[in-house]
Amino acid sequence: MSKDKSDTNIDLEILRGMESGDNLAIHKLYTLYYPTIAKMVINNQGSREEAQDIFQETVMVLYDKVISGDFELSSKLQTFLYAISKRLWLKQLTRGESKYYKDQLDQLEDSLAAEDAIEEHMVTEANLLQMEGALLMLGEPCKTILHDYYIKSASMTDICEKFGYTNPDNAKNQKYKCLQRLKKVFFKK
Amino acid sequence: MEGLRQQEFIEWADQYLRGELSPEEQSAFEKYCVEYPAYAAVFAEHKAFLQRLKQADARLVFKERLNKNAIKYAQESEIKEPAKIIRLWRKVQLNAAVAATIAIVSVFSTLWLTGYYRNLKKTTTDYSALRRDMNTVKRNVNAHNAAIKNIKSGKDHTETMHFGATGFMITRDGYVVTNYHVITGADSVHLQNHRGQSFKADIIFTNPEKDLAILHISDSTFKSSKNIPYTFKKQDSDLGEDIYTIGFPRDEAVYGQGYLSSSTGYAGDTLAYQISIPVNPGNSGGPVLDKDGHVIGIISGKQKGIDGAAFAIKTKALLETLNSIPADALKGNIVLSNRNGLSSLNRTEQIKRLQEYIYIVKVY
Repeated sequence: MSKDKSDTNIDLEILRGMESGDNLAIHKLYTLYYPTIAKMVINNQGSREEAQDIFQETVMVLYDKVISGDFELSSKLQTFLYAISKRLWLKQLTRGESKYYKDQLDQLEDSLAAEDAIEEHMVTEANLLQMEGALLMLGEPCKTILHDYYIKSASMTDICEKFGYTNPDNAKNQKYKCLQRLKKVFFKK
Repeated sequence: MEGLRQQEFIEWADQYLRGELSPEEQSAFEKYCVEYPAYAAVFAEHKAFLQRLKQADARLVFKERLNKNAIKYAQESEIKEPAKIIRLWRKVQLNAAVAATIAIVSVFSTLWLTGYYRNLKKTTTDYSALRRDMNTVKRNVNAHNAAIKNIKSGKDHTETMHFGATGFMITRDGYVVTNYHVITGADSVHLQNHRGQSFKADIIFTNPEKDLAILHISDSTFKSSKNIPYTFKKQDSDLGEDIYTIGFPRDEAVYGQGYLSSSTGYAGDTLAYQISIPVNPGNSGGPVLDKDGHVIGIISGKQKGIDGAAFAIKTKALLETLNSIPADALKGNIVLSNRNGLSSLNRTEQIKRLQEYIYIVKVY
């Protein structure tokens, strides 16, 4: 009983850590859950690299779910992750092939929840991929200026000093230009 | 909508969103938005865009971290990943353990079953006791023949004789001494004299430390013999003394002659002599006599790899053993003869007289 409890505690800790982007949580996630999933993938005609990919995608599904705020830990995190990665892996296996594996899938209790989560993840991914791409395409110093201003909420004077602008107004101008450029890249795509 | 104004508005909106405005300015901004729906739309779009930007950025950061962790983990597990041979070993570990256990168990049980450990002491020391393994090959063949006969006749008769050695009388009423190692593990002991008569004997007393065993002829066909012609010499004999023995390394009595070569026995044993008489398996338990017909010892063994190094237990040890026998174990007192009938005879006459009192000890 106490073991179950501590397991749940660890799960909750990891989820909290993911929300705040804690490195330790990610590492824990890896050490605790990666081996089983890797085994599953490798035992089902997968390679080590594919196992890595599947696990990362699984974690991203979980991440989107957590960030969107509607994730409730109904079962063990392990079960959830396993269901998702299984689903993802079978999807990859059956890509362009017959749906032979489909029957097998639906036996899984958690498959429905997993499927929902994956769909949600797909939507989020589609939405944000463009932005991510745009951000990646945006060169320096624009990237850092926008990051500092909007994400880190740094003050204009700090940014002014950091990038060596003569006065905050110049920096403001630069920031606006950068924002416009990002928008341009984003909407053009 | 001109660009400059839009930039100013965006700046204003940023300040509003970041909460850098005073309450009045905030309400002014809100009012402005209500007043100019176009700007409200711009504001909403800007807000949504920023939201998405933040989300995307956080996601990027997370992905990056995930990637780093993945690499780190892969490296760690690579370090942990042992060489092929070790992985193989891990796989077969259990099987190997089981196999090794079986091997060990079977080896040792086989060794134990074949009596290796019982013989180990004998084979590791260079001292060899001189009991005789009776015609091992012949016995095996006989046993086979008997077994084959038994298949036909259904009779259960097996020849189980194990060892042969020598023993000699210490009293006229049937007490005989031989070596302890001769009669260890004996089911029954039989004594056979030079005329071929065989008597059953009981083991009265054994002394493993001194390697002595006292037997008593219990057979009803045994008649008390004439007085024992030899006496037992209690003092140590001197080096170089002329001595001889009679024993049964084969089924006929064999005479052996030599001299006393050392006053201690194997590994400095003070209760034994080293003698220089050719002895062989079967001589064990034979008497060692000096030229006057005094028994000075009992043949017990020889040292392997050294020529002419045989050992005889001193008479003193025999007497000590006799004294230590509890009275209730005896069937009548042991009275050693004190009249020597040999001293005046020459060697061949001595031997003739002696033969009667020396027995083949057969252990079954």
